[in-house]
Parts: sequence; C-alpha cells; structure tokens
Amino acid sequence: MTNKLIVSSSPHIHAPDTTRGIMFDVITALFPASAFSIVLFGWRAALLIAVCIASSVLFEYLGCKVFKTEVTIKNLSAVVTGLLLALNLPPSLAGKNIWMAVVGSFVAIFIVKQMFGGLGHNFVNPAIAARIVLLVSFPAQMTTYYAPFTNAVTEATPLANINASYGAKELLFGTHGGSIGETSVILLLIGGLYLIIRGVIKPIIPVTFIGGVALLSLIIGQDPLFAICTGGVMLGAIFMATDYVTSPATTLGKAIFGFGCALLTVIIRSGPAVEGVSFAILFMNLLVPHIDSITVRKPFGWEAPEK
Amino acid sequence: MEQKETILSPVGRTGGGSYLPHRKNTSLCESVVFPTPSKVVIPLSQHIGAPCTPTVKKDDKVYVGTLIGDSDAPVSAPVHSSVSGTVEKIEDILLPNGKTSPAVFIDSDGEMTPDPNLKPIKIKNKNDLIKAARDCGLVGLGGAGFPTHIKLKLKDETRIDTLIINGAECEPYITADERCCLEDFDDILEGVYLIKEMLNIDKVIIAIENNKESAIEKLYAVASDKRDADDTVKVMRLTTKYPQGAEKVLIYSALKRKIPLGKLPSDVGCIVLNVSSIAALYKYIRTGMPLVSRRVTVDGGAVLNPCNLIIPLGTKISEVLDYCGRTEDGPSRLLLGGPMMGTAIPNDDFVITKTNNALLSLTEDEVPAPTACIHCGRCASHCPMRLNPSAIEQALNIGNTHKIKKLYADYCMECGSCAFNCPARRPLAQVMRMAKNELRRNK
Repeated sequence: MTNKLIVSSSPHIHAPDTTRGIMFDVITALFPASAFSIVLFGWRAALLIAVCIASSVLFEYLGCKVFKTEVTIKNLSAVVTGLLLALNLPPSLAGKNIWMAVVGSFVAIFIVKQMFGGLGHNFVNPAIAARIVLLVSFPAQMTTYYAPFTNAVTEATPLANINASYGAKELLFGTHGGSIGETSVILLLIGGLYLIIRGVIKPIIPVTFIGGVALLSLIIGQDPLFAICTGGVMLGAIFMATDYVTSPATTLGKAIFGFGCALLTVIIRSGPAVEGVSFAILFMNLLVPHIDSITVRKPFGWEAPEK
Repeated sequence: MEQKETILSPVGRTGGGSYLPHRKNTSLCESVVFPTPSKVVIPLSQHIGAPCTPTVKKDDKVYVGTLIGDSDAPVSAPVHSSVSGTVEKIEDILLPNGKTSPAVFIDSDGEMTPDPNLKPIKIKNKNDLIKAARDCGLVGLGGAGFPTHIKLKLKDETRIDTLIINGAECEPYITADERCCLEDFDDILEGVYLIKEMLNIDKVIIAIENNKESAIEKLYAVASDKRDADDTVKVMRLTTKYPQGAEKVLIYSALKRKIPLGKLPSDVGCIVLNVSSIAALYKYIRTGMPLVSRRVTVDGGAVLNPCNLIIPLGTKISEVLDYCGRTEDGPSRLLLGGPMMGTAIPNDDFVITKTNNALLSLTEDEVPAPTACIHCGRCASHCPMRLNPSAIEQALNIGNTHKIKKLYADYCMECGSCAFNCPARRPLAQVMRMAKNELRRNK
C-alpha cells in the first residue's frame, strides 16, 4: 500500500447537491421575472439589476476580506441577494439616484450578512432589510414609480392608487407600476413552481403566506386577487420569506411563519402605510428562533414521558 | 403470475430516508471460496459485549471450528478457529473502531481440517436453539454484531408474534445478503421453520428491497413451502430507500410498530434476524461447523475483479485485495462495510471479522470541504428519526447540552442520511455522534 488513504467519518458518499447549485436554481427561477422587468421598464431595470448584483458581490468580497473569512463569492449567494434587492427597487432609482442601490447592497451584504458572520448567520433577510433601510432613509425616491413601457411617466402602485381600477389580466401580467420585479405575478409563480419541482423550497410558506393574505383580505372585505397580486406579495412569499436562514425548520413552523407574514401584511396595509410585505417578513424573521424552539418535531418512536 | 400477489407490500412508511445510487455491481457474482490463507489473526472481540478470553495457548494445535475464545459474561459470543494449524501467539491488535483487542494468531497448515469433535446439533426445544446460537458464535451478520443468542433469549412473559427476516441490504455496493438468499437458500428455508417452531412464533415476514427481485423470487419458495399450510410465512417487497434495513425502520415497514427509545424489537412483539445470520445458524445445526467464515462483497473502483467471497475470519485484508486484483492507481479510501455506515481504515493491515459484510476499495478522492450551513433543512427532512441535525450542530457548537437533549439527539441511529444530503457537505453524522457522546457524558 503506497497510497495515503482518506480516513473520515461515515458516510463516504454524497448527494450531488451543493450550496452553489441551490443558489443557481434560485437565480434561474428569478430569470423570467427579471427579464420581464427589463421588458417593462427598459434600461432602468437592466441597470438596477447590474448595479445591485455587481455591488453585492463586491461587498461580499470586501466583507470576507475585512472579517478575515474565506472569500465566498463563488457560492453565488451574493448574486441572489443582489438580484432580489434589485427586483425590490423602483425603476426611478436608476438614474442619478443609482448610488442608493449601492447603499442598499452595502446594507444587505456588509451589515446584515457579513457583520453577523456571513452566509447562514444573518438573522433577517438581507435584501428585505436593505429595502427597508432605503425606504426609511429615502422615502420619496423609494416610492416614485414609473408606468411600464414609458420613459419615466410616474404612476403609483396599484395599492397606493385608490382611484384607478385594475383588470385581472393587468394584475397577473404585471403591466402596472411597482418595484421592477414584483409586478409579474405569473412569471414569479412559474419561478416558484420551478423551485418546488427542483426541491429547493417547500410549498408551505408561499401557500400559507399567499393563501393567508387572500383569506384575510376576503374577511375584511377586500378583493383577494387584488391583495395577492400587488405590493410584492408574490415576490416576498415565494423568494424572500422562503430564505432558508431566516425561516423556520419544520413544516408546522413554516406554516406559522407564512401565516404570520400574511397577518402582518394585511394589518400593516389596513393602516396608513400601503406596503406591508417587507415589514411583515422582517418582523417574522425575528420570531424564527422562537418559532423553531416551540415546533421541534417529536422523533420517530417518541412516547410521552410517564408521570 | 399468481404467486406475486401473495408477496406483501410494506404496511408502514417512515418519513425521511434517501434514494442512494445502488451500485450493486456484484449481484450476479456467484460467491467464491477464498483460498486458504497462510495465516489468520482472529480478534477475540468481534461483537457487542464482553471480549472473549483465549481458550488456547501458544503452540496449541487447532482445527477449523475449534473454540479459541469464550467468555462467562452474559453478553458475548465465542470465537472459533477458521483454519487448521498451530497457534503462533496471542497478542493485542488494533481494531478498525480504534479499540484494541487480544487476537489469536494461527499459522495455517493449509489442510483446512475440520475439528473432529464437530457433529450436527439436535434441536428439541427453545433452550437447545439458544444454546446453538451461542455455541456457534453467531452475531448479527448485517454489521451490528449483536450476539444472536441474546436476541433469542426472551423473558417468559414476552410474547413474540412475528419473526422478521432482514434481507433489505439497503447500503450501496453490498450484495452479500442477496447472494446468501440465492446460494444458501436451503439453510434459510430450514432455519426459518425451525426458529418459528421452537420459539412458537405466529408469523414470519421475509423482507427484501425491491431492487433484488431474484432474491424475492427465490425466497418466495420459503413462503410456499408445504409446511406453511396455514399461510403464515410471507415475503415482503420493500421500497428501495435507505435506511430500509435499519431495525426500527424495517419493523415499521413490516408491521407499522414503533420501537420507543431504548427499547428492543421484542418489546413490540417481534424479532429481527438477518438472512445471513439465519443461514449461518442452520448451517451450524446441520453440520456442527460454527461461524468461521463469512460472505464478503469486495468492490469499488480500485478492485480489478469485484466479487463475493467466502472468507475465513481473521484473513488479512491485504490478502483479499491481492486476490481480487488491485488497480495500478490504488484506492483513495478503504472501507469495511458500506459507504453510508462503514468504517474507513488507514491501511490494509486489518482483518476480516464476523461483521464485515463488505470490503470496499474506493477511488473517489473528493474530500468534501465543509462550507457554512445555509439551514436548507435537507438534513431534517431526510432524517428517518425526524431530528434536526443542523440545529443539533448549533447546540453542540455552543456546548448547550440541555438544548441537545431537547432536540432529541439520543434518538439518532447514525444512518448518515443527513450528511449524505447536506449541500454544504457538513459532517453531520459525526456531529450527531459527538452530540450523543455529549449526552452520555452529562447523564
């Protein structure tokens, strides 16, 4: 025997899945909605996506250097965060305010992710946190929306635009104002279906989140289809609330989390604020450790302890 | 195809588990008797329980089947010589699990003369059967190494209604049990009816994964034997899903009964015996020859001629690898047992023992470097025990024993499904072992 043999703990074979593969699946799932955002909002959407991804990857690299950890840009998680952030921004930011998108990437990657230990250690969703920081810091710029297929004609989002009425087709295809990636409901659903089929996410959070918003809206007398097709419910429920790190581990926990997001969304929307999804997810992110600790599954063969 | 309808389907379905690559390359390789080794080194601890003390000394003449080690401890199994020859010495050796054990070194005379005192065993009652299981040194041949006579020795009030014959063989590569079903069919047949009669068991389920149709077909003959007039012996076709052969999972598949933590199959009214164990037991009863050799699957990318061999216990692994042919590049890892639960050994100086169902010489040189946990939940959703290994790892890292306990780490059976499925390549099976140790330490 001349070879040096590898002695490691069992198992000695692995499934082919990798972190990078999972991130690539998420990017693939977001591709239709991203491409359509460029159709709707032209170069502005393209610029936002490019700037957010590039700056996120840059801050990921710098973060790893500053905190002296292994550089993890190859696992594509920063690309996912950057893309999600871009899809959550209004097209009006693409212009002289593009630096705000870079600030957003800095908040998402450097502050929320890297300062807490990098991949797997952030306690809230980085893209959501960044969007909220921008929304609070630059409220005017963050709520200036453009109508699709136009060159910067301002148009309010359906949720804020109480005077206009929207047809089902308009809502499903997303040909109305909004953050660049949140409007095309059908394409986001296709992306979600892809993630479910690929085994990347389980359907429980999107179902309880979207279903919960529909149900609760119906109860308080609003149009459920309108409620779930607007204000980023689809983007949030399928791609943001399902973030592994900041969602509960068990099916029951996920259901509580999804329904909690729905409840908070509807409550926030019924107040003076029109956008509730981001805040709902952020708040529920903070509850995840508590949800996890009360929803530990009973193991196979578990018996109630004798009194 | 009328007979197929009487093959049972599983009645229970556990969650979790993994679909593994099968790699049963040797399922058509008829077993070959390994040529007599010039020397064997037989460890006196090849089972769970107390090690044996030697019953021979240097320069003693031994035959195939001569008792060389025994113990008075209740949980133990005697050890017999696997060759005829002379005891060279008795010395401690290193076992693959890192422990040391005294071992009997025997120089073979090349004759393989059976011990003249061996003769067929008469079984008249339950106690004869238990004594036979002990005297032949039988342990669970599936890999656990639990002495079989302990399994059969039941308290009087314990009622066993079902005997489950475990032919699941759910690990990749290994085909030793499958070959046993095909080649030692008569011993399995007689063994099943003998145990059923002696222990007064109502029904027998022979459970085999559905990727071994030829074994299912073959063992169907056991169920259709004329002795089974009241139709209580059945073959069950299991779903091929790892860890189907794990006792708790198997019992749930076969009977939909759950074994509580720390309890045994007999607590839920059944006994599980491996097909190879049954065959070995009946071979002893038929011939008087105790467990001195076993069927081993030798496979992997660094083996020129993958095969099933019947190898005398104590044969050096280097000799087995030489016999099967080594590739020029050689292996990157050597495993005793399957790739999911087998033990990696640092060199080929170890020997074949009772629990070695496979010897794998693998060429995959990938040593997965662990990356950060992304909490994807694959470890938890594939856990047959419904645990959450990633949460247990976090608790272990901060030394929170209370939390480890609250996450039920002690239920883990170390099947390795968590680590197999982890996209971050975290060594979760190792983590679970450490977590269980932590619980034992703080009891």
